Amino acid sequence: MKLAPCLVALLLAAPGPRLLAAAAPANVRVEHAWIRWLPAGLPNAGYAVIVNPGDTATQLTGVSTPAFADAMLMRSRLDQDDSSMVAVTHIDVPARGSATLAPGGYHIMLSHATRPIKPGDKVPLTLHFGTGSALQVVFSVLPANASGPSD
Amino acid sequence: MLQLSSLARWCVVACAVLAMAACATHSQWQLDDVAGHMPDLKFQLTNDLGQPVTAATYRGKVVMLYFGYTHCPDVCPLTMVNLHTVLQRLGPQAASHVQVLFVTVDLARDSVPILHQYVTAFDPRFQGLRGSPAALSEMVKRYRALYQIEKPVPANGDYEVTHSSAIYIFGPHGHIRLLATPGATTEAMVHDVRLLVGEAT
Repeated sequence: MKLAPCLVALLLAAPGPRLLAAAAPANVRVEHAWIRWLPAGLPNAGYAVIVNPGDTATQLTGVSTPAFADAMLMRSRLDQDDSSMVAVTHIDVPARGSATLAPGGYHIMLSHATRPIKPGDKVPLTLHFGTGSALQVVFSVLPANASGPSD
Repeated sequence: MLQLSSLARWCVVACAVLAMAACATHSQWQLDDVAGHMPDLKFQLTNDLGQPVTAATYRGKVVMLYFGYTHCPDVCPLTMVNLHTVLQRLGPQAASHVQVLFVTVDLARDSVPILHQYVTAFDPRFQGLRGSPAALSEMVKRYRALYQIEKPVPANGDYEVTHSSAIYIFGPHGHIRLLATPGATTEAMVHDVRLLVGEAT
């Protein structure tokens, strides 16, 4: 898995020392970060696995990026009869666990690209966590019919 | 006495074989067998090249039909990728007897050119279809499918659409045969579609 090159970890929000000591998602890392490309400027979905090796649970609370006007945390609901999508306020990342954003479940909906993207592009997204900290992650844009990043 | 008992034994064996054969006929499908439970394939729509199409256009092919919309970034692409995988695993020969149809339920946004770009991004063999509101609603009703346009977001007017999740599979003669619901694996689809293709060739 070529993860390290895709991962630029930065504490952007610079929370106060007290807050940082309280519950910063130390060592939280993001793997398999990718965006499914769709043509005609259609909304895209971003996927990743957020790994939290620390002893403190955290939450992904939002995403920001200069590449899209809108970046929303969503969850697909898929059952025998129908499927739909709802916005969620956060995604739990348990202590010593992980949160998976994958097709058919949690994902980041990216709409209204500020400039067209295409497969092969790298798009930076900043993931915001409940502790006020943030992590900048480079997402790889994969073709529409990709199943995920190949190892 | 000996003869009778061997006749009896033969009967038991023969019955068992017959029962197994009957069982095999009923359990050959891995997807939900819905044959006879829905009307045959019937519609009047426009394909993603702007040409009028009907069920007759696809006669002789196994049709895998899905109701979706292009502004659906997660579930519809997941289904389209699964369908692409099914065609890949069937191989070009068998896949040439299969037609994937993506019927849009979002008539306001899914123009013919957008549909074309969308479906061919997953597989150049796929076709996108759209129809008049009346044609769509008639078709949705016929296959007990559903869709609902959700309330637009005030900020930018974007909206989601709740829609049926199943893939409807019709045999080469246009009869409804199987339903692939979200739990269905691509392996099960490949297995069953290959059997249906056998009926076409």
